[in-house]
Amino acid sequence: MSAAVADARSPKISHNPNLLGVVIFIASESIFFLAIVLAYVAYRDAGLATARANLDVVRTAIFSIALFASSGTMAMAASARSGAWLAATMILGAVFLTGQAAEYARLLAEGIGPGSALFGTTFFTLTGLHGLHVLAGLVALAALFAANLGRGRAVRAVAWEAVGLYWHFVDAVWVVVFSVVYLGTLL
Amino acid sequence: MTAVPLWVRRPAGERVGWLRTVDHKEIGVLYIGMGVAFFALGGVEALLLRAQLASPEASLVDPETFNQAFTVHGVTMILLAVVPLLVGFANYMVPLMIGAPDVAFPRLNALSFWLSLVGGIVLYFSFLAGGAPDTGWFSYAPLAERAFAPGTGVDYYILGLAVNGAGTIIGAINLAVTILLMRCPGMAISRVPLFVWMTLVTSVLILGAYPALTAALVMLFVDRQLGGHFFDPTGGGQAVLWQHLFWFFGHPEVYIMVLPAMGMISEVIPVFSRKPIFGYAFVAASSVAIAFLSFGVWAHHMFAVGLGDTENAIFSATSMLIAIPTGVKIFNWIATMIGGRLRMTSAMLFAVGFIAMFVIGGLSGVALAVVPIDLAVTDSYFVVAHLHYVLFGGTMLGIFAGAYYWFPKMTGRLLNEGLGRWHFWLTFAGFNLTFLPQHWLGAAGMPRRVFTYAASTGWGPLNLISTIGAAILAIAMVVFFVNLLRSLRSGEIAGDDPWDGFTLEWSTTSPPPPENFASIPAVTGRRPLWDRKHPEARDKP
Repeated sequence: MSAAVADARSPKISHNPNLLGVVIFIASESIFFLAIVLAYVAYRDAGLATARANLDVVRTAIFSIALFASSGTMAMAASARSGAWLAATMILGAVFLTGQAAEYARLLAEGIGPGSALFGTTFFTLTGLHGLHVLAGLVALAALFAANLGRGRAVRAVAWEAVGLYWHFVDAVWVVVFSVVYLGTLL
Repeated sequence: MTAVPLWVRRPAGERVGWLRTVDHKEIGVLYIGMGVAFFALGGVEALLLRAQLASPEASLVDPETFNQAFTVHGVTMILLAVVPLLVGFANYMVPLMIGAPDVAFPRLNALSFWLSLVGGIVLYFSFLAGGAPDTGWFSYAPLAERAFAPGTGVDYYILGLAVNGAGTIIGAINLAVTILLMRCPGMAISRVPLFVWMTLVTSVLILGAYPALTAALVMLFVDRQLGGHFFDPTGGGQAVLWQHLFWFFGHPEVYIMVLPAMGMISEVIPVFSRKPIFGYAFVAASSVAIAFLSFGVWAHHMFAVGLGDTENAIFSATSMLIAIPTGVKIFNWIATMIGGRLRMTSAMLFAVGFIAMFVIGGLSGVALAVVPIDLAVTDSYFVVAHLHYVLFGGTMLGIFAGAYYWFPKMTGRLLNEGLGRWHFWLTFAGFNLTFLPQHWLGAAGMPRRVFTYAASTGWGPLNLISTIGAAILAIAMVVFFVNLLRSLRSGEIAGDDPWDGFTLEWSTTSPPPPENFASIPAVTGRRPLWDRKHPEARDKP
């Protein structure tokens, strides 16, 4: 009983090895994304005209709202340990990826790819790596969802917290990427 | 001859086998085994290079083989030998030193090791798949682009390093969490042994530096496989971006390789001086300072690129600053020895050798931080001499010190001291004979990475001396391997605490049981075992 009560309280990053491990991993991932973002910024001027002509800021903004909203649903899911909110998070994440796939298809059809010019190289690398991270997050969410279906409250609170932290990180990276890549065309 | 269980003292019938072990001690041994194997491979490659350079205008190997050999030698020694050796000792020793039953994530620990190993195997597979990478260990663009390196060597370099790096990053997360959260009661962070401190700082360096390498590798991959233009000047990209990203990883990597070795000698020197370390807090804090500074010095590898005088001046200054915390440590070790009752065991000989050789490497490093000097000797054998004084004279001697010190804990048997002395003095002579003349060769203008040189340059005699030194160094390594194998089978039984040690790893059996300690220890000072053995002379809490 007491163990179950202790488990229900949300674990602290400073005391829980799993959460601390995830936080350190995220810190390390941040350096990785920082390097890719810096490369994008370094080459921004060379690709700015192509970016302005081909990126649909409004459309991507709408899909971005889905991803940003998924952080909210993830927070609800983690605090209530709710499978329904988790499902909502996964749907929002999938909507975002669908939007990204549609944009890729459009750009590729217009002849803009990773090999076409500097804009394509930097754009597809940065957004592609982020997309892969979203995909990895969806896999983690699906695993948590399955575990929750199978074992319910026996799934430790820390699993919810850990997956949540990673998902918020993927979301936060998109705030930066969306600002630099898309909002950057408005400047 | 008493049978001694090697590596872990398991009850009969409970061995799990190397492939599926998740015990930090066995994974540590796997890492060390990997490091030793790749050290031997990298050593053979080095001997090939030295044999080719022994005389002018030689043609023992063709230029292409030579390029592959120096490239793979560098990558091997740095990423597949030294890092696994250091991570291996950290894996084995850190939980023991902080009184923990294992690392924080034992299964993740196994994943780290296997990723690291597979990365190394992928790199070496390139030899069978049409040729190894031949673009140097830092694989500068645009040379590494498809237009100039059309084979698959660089692709194996990308894949191998990325996989190996993932393993190293995961390992660093594990060690950091272990040190932060798994310490036994009383083991405040201000009391952990200095090797643990260095491992923590090194983990932070890995977590900050390796992702930059991974990012650079991804970009190179996009360039080579998807036709990208990150480092392709003809497509508007800039080759210098690779250099920035690579050295943002590459320079912290030097400290990733040096700090744990400094940690090893910070354990060895006090124990064999019968004194606590002089200025514990300074040794720990100066490492943090080194780690901090190491992220701000990368462009000293790029003075000759033409970044501009202001940039060069800034990076010159930060590079020189690093000499201060490093110098602090040198004085700490010397002050520890002063007034101590020294026992010049093989471990201690290597530790003292580290100090002497590392000081030479450090001084040539400060010289290279001076922009005009760097411009004069950049890409010459002077740089080769410098980096080997740091990484062999420093790191490898430190690792040997750690090996003689901890081998009895890991195996229950002592390494032979007589062979240890032969190993040390042959290494010392061979090392200096190999690399000291390279300072003069570099100053005389001999470029690094040249396949051969004209007899009229006059570089022949010093190169011959260098090659003779390399042969002596090879003999020293053979002596060490003979010592390892002989001592594993029939070395003197060590007992739990052969050196009258200070720290917790010596309080358990040699080798330790799977759970490390019969009961979780509680400590009140920096030398918990010393306090227990000598209650009358215990350290003040």
